[in-house]
Amino acid sequence: MSSVECKVVIGLEIHVQLLTKTKMFCGCALEFAGEPNSRVCPVCLGLPGSLPVMNRKAFELSVMAGLALNCKIANFTKWDRKSYYYPDLPKNYQISQYDLPFSEHGFIEIPVNSGDAKRIRITRAHLEEDAGKNVHTAGNFSQVDLNRAGTPLLEIVTEPDMNSGSEVRALAIELQRIVQYLGVSEASMQKGQMRFEPNVNLHIIKDGKEYKTPITEVKNLNSFRALEESVNYEHSRQLEEFLATGKTMEMGNKSTRGWDADRGVTVLQREKEEAHDYRYFPDPDLLPVKLTDEWIEDMRSKLCELPLQKQFRYVKEFKLSEYDAGVLTAERAVAELFEGAVEQGGEPKRVCNIISQAGLKLANEAGRSMAELNIDAEGVAAIAKMVEANEINAGAAGAILAEMTKTDKSAKAIAEELNLIQKSDASELEGLVDAVIAENPQAVDDVKSGGKKSKAARGFLMGKVMQKAKGQANPKIVSQILAKKFG
Amino acid sequence: MAQKIDIDQVRKVANLSRLDLSSEQLTEFAGQLSSILEYVEKMNELDTDGVEPLAHCLEVSNCFREDIAKESLGTDKTLSNAPEQDGQFFIVPKILDESNAS
Amino acid sequence: MSDELLSLSCRKLTELIRRGEVSSRKAVEAVFSSIEKTEPVVGAYLSTFIDESLERADEIDSKIAAGKKVGKLAGLPIAVKDNMCTTFGATTCGSKILENFHAPYNAAVIERLLAEDAVIVGKLNMDEFAMGSSTENSGLKKTVNPWDVNRVPGGSSGGSAAAVASGMCMAALGSDTGGSIRQPASFCGVVGLKPTYGRVSRYGLVAYGSSLDQIGPLTRDVADAGLMMNVIAGHDDNDSTSVNEKIAPVPDYLENIEKGIEGLTIGVAPQFHAGADVEVLSAIEDAIEVYKGLGAKVVEIDMPHIDYSVAAYYVIATAEASSNLARFDGVHYGHRTAKPEDYIEVYSKSRAEAFGTEVKRRIMLGTYALSSGYYDAYYLKALKVRSLIRSDFTGAFEKCDCIMTPVSPTTAFKIGENIDDPLKMYLSDIYTIGVNLAGIPGISIPCGFDGNDLPVGLQILTPAFTESKLLRIARMFESCTEFHKRRPQKV
Repeated sequence: MSSVECKVVIGLEIHVQLLTKTKMFCGCALEFAGEPNSRVCPVCLGLPGSLPVMNRKAFELSVMAGLALNCKIANFTKWDRKSYYYPDLPKNYQISQYDLPFSEHGFIEIPVNSGDAKRIRITRAHLEEDAGKNVHTAGNFSQVDLNRAGTPLLEIVTEPDMNSGSEVRALAIELQRIVQYLGVSEASMQKGQMRFEPNVNLHIIKDGKEYKTPITEVKNLNSFRALEESVNYEHSRQLEEFLATGKTMEMGNKSTRGWDADRGVTVLQREKEEAHDYRYFPDPDLLPVKLTDEWIEDMRSKLCELPLQKQFRYVKEFKLSEYDAGVLTAERAVAELFEGAVEQGGEPKRVCNIISQAGLKLANEAGRSMAELNIDAEGVAAIAKMVEANEINAGAAGAILAEMTKTDKSAKAIAEELNLIQKSDASELEGLVDAVIAENPQAVDDVKSGGKKSKAARGFLMGKVMQKAKGQANPKIVSQILAKKFG
Repeated sequence: MAQKIDIDQVRKVANLSRLDLSSEQLTEFAGQLSSILEYVEKMNELDTDGVEPLAHCLEVSNCFREDIAKESLGTDKTLSNAPEQDGQFFIVPKILDESNAS
Repeated sequence: MSDELLSLSCRKLTELIRRGEVSSRKAVEAVFSSIEKTEPVVGAYLSTFIDESLERADEIDSKIAAGKKVGKLAGLPIAVKDNMCTTFGATTCGSKILENFHAPYNAAVIERLLAEDAVIVGKLNMDEFAMGSSTENSGLKKTVNPWDVNRVPGGSSGGSAAAVASGMCMAALGSDTGGSIRQPASFCGVVGLKPTYGRVSRYGLVAYGSSLDQIGPLTRDVADAGLMMNVIAGHDDNDSTSVNEKIAPVPDYLENIEKGIEGLTIGVAPQFHAGADVEVLSAIEDAIEVYKGLGAKVVEIDMPHIDYSVAAYYVIATAEASSNLARFDGVHYGHRTAKPEDYIEVYSKSRAEAFGTEVKRRIMLGTYALSSGYYDAYYLKALKVRSLIRSDFTGAFEKCDCIMTPVSPTTAFKIGENIDDPLKMYLSDIYTIGVNLAGIPGISIPCGFDGNDLPVGLQILTPAFTESKLLRIARMFESCTEFHKRRPQKV
């Protein structure tokens, strides 16, 4: 039996749709769905005589993304035409960037294991226009819709630095967080605003000799799960294939496979890398872009602390768990709410619980994001402080938060209105305790007798007091009174 | 004398250009393109080492438009010149090999 | 009466219209009666719009009658080359592939003409997609030279030059990628100006070689070219390559047009005279003598790389064209083959059926020049040579105000004479092509006639964005000669 060691190697080609109001080279509005071929003009229809003019916002968003990915931003960049014929590409060339992309040589850090970051190198990031869509319906024909044609896309290419499906997934999630944080993209995989194409192969050591399997490019991935599963699938498929055929990587034997989510397998789409000849050349209709250092710095100033840095900082600075820090940093608005509340004096763990439990539950129920819930940091801080001061119990926080989404009243006012303020007046509570003691002689005996039953009976009495106070008694004070009564 | 570009190359170029040419046309083009290319290679008499290629004669850069929506043509006008359409889409014979897309 | 109207300059006619002394309707009717008479012989137009033109003329006349302000071209019957998109009529580019194409938008220059109250009477024939020097490559129509119907009008703006020369419009727009305004202007004895690259918006001009294409006027005299420039020059937000007016302000091209240039220095380069017919050369030499008589000084300049301009041009222009013309595929607009087997055939058969031979040849050449393995040897090399050619001009303009050359080595040649030898046809563009590669302006003005009574054109070149000066220099010659006043009598 020979020994086989095997490592999976994955690089990604990623397309991110930029969050602009209009297309990359024309003023057609960008919206999801809508009547087919309704958002089309002479430019994105590729009519003769039409000319592209670059969307400044698209360019600036890309530069911000490039900076966030630690790329070197070029001082000179230009546009090239990439030629191929396809019905969803009206000009039969795509405006893209070839030899002088606006950014190169960056990296992204992804969380691995517990609290560690792994650095994945970014080869390059460039801007290009999206194609339209070919719709294959029943019948002998295909339909072409150009609404998407000309949508600005950021293409990011990574080095083959990932070594498992879970790392690929982690990168995808991390990238999504980053571009969402920066407002660069909505980055919904379901809506196709973020598309991943992994290039997968195996490095195998068999009997002391290293082999590399042919690279497979996987397409049709529209969820993080599909991304991870397809890589894992390729891992085992390629190993099997290698053991059966011994086939290794050589020029031109890269294949393309599509992910079949229902069956959980990849299906061969194209056996060999076709001899594509894209005939790139500089687009004479567009001017190059010169980026001054000033401009780049201005873009840099628009960046914010990136999610993973935030996540690690929350663990370190606020002693939150990995999990909690991850939840809080998933969305920029949530992280900002958290930080705002802490800044206003909320105890971090307390604030975290209010947001991550009550808050996210509310958002979920409303089908909206936290940012859309009319909850501000001041309110969250106020709630946290009330819990901390035992003015309300932890359970009341959710009710106050829920009410906050509907009114502009202060946390305190809401708590009073909803009768959630705990009774802390010792003499009032003592009356209640006395009444409970009078009504439950058996339990009182059990407490006094000590031993096994004593603790349960004490709890029972406590419960009775709380019941009498309709839940508004401060448990700490009640417990102190009980202790005093029974010595 | 051997031609600069042979018929197989001409066929390949015709394919890249999406031109369905007859074999007579291929032969004719092979001859004509060869003599044009031979002439064009006159450029090789010039030493261009260190010369910056000039793709644009304008020495300007950074032309942008603001991200403001303009009216689109709408479906009817978009499809108005289409050889085949169904009121919503352009129609082409069935595309079988989706992977041909870039 | 109508002939008289048509012999006026654009400036004079629009002034009379503006003053209400002549109606725009009269001018338009005069043009259409000339078209009726001459068009069957010359064949300059691909489409005419008589009803719409008269309607528009009436609108302008009533605006004037009501004392409203009218534009710089008020009521003038003007025609445009059929590669400029118009929402009226078809925009064919002289190609079967666009025979039934109706653009849903107007080119920027069309909008400018209309905004200045011009009446666009029709669209003019051309070599298919502006590829050619004789208009013989039109897929739709044959145009002849009004001076000799057995000869070509030049190209690719042959329809524009022929229509202006034969009085079928007051002025026309053409486009110039390698000489396509200047050479037909020269062959037909009219004025043709190719502005600096970036001076006039290309938006709506169907692209041939995008880094070389420029729209310009063809007129019967120099000042009319200035008038047209006053309308079409300027920045356009829809064309990234149209120059910002802060960088290059747009002057009033008519303001100083009668003022000659004192101490004018003319550059003459031997490379620009090599291979020209004796009669052409002698007309050019005579013209330069006229300038000397006006006080100009002549210096010899060296243009060592101009001999390579045809080679560089036919790589760059065809490379860009191969990409620009990829969109004509029978999917979204234009001709589609009748029974395609699959979608690939929609491309390859539609294109093979509807493109003419010259267009196919250039697409093939350009595709080859860009294809893997040949890019550096051809395309990149050509861009470097282009750089050297531009340096030639930059260096020359340090020594002179302008350069004078023939427009073409010959006068109008016979129909069919060069059609079988593409390379020979390409080489006839030798004097005009470098100008497009360098992006500078150039004008062709009538400067004499050969033994066959065919017009000879003088080409004058000045540095980028100095059209104003260029027009003044051209006007110096025109103001003391009569060549521009001669009209063809044979049609």
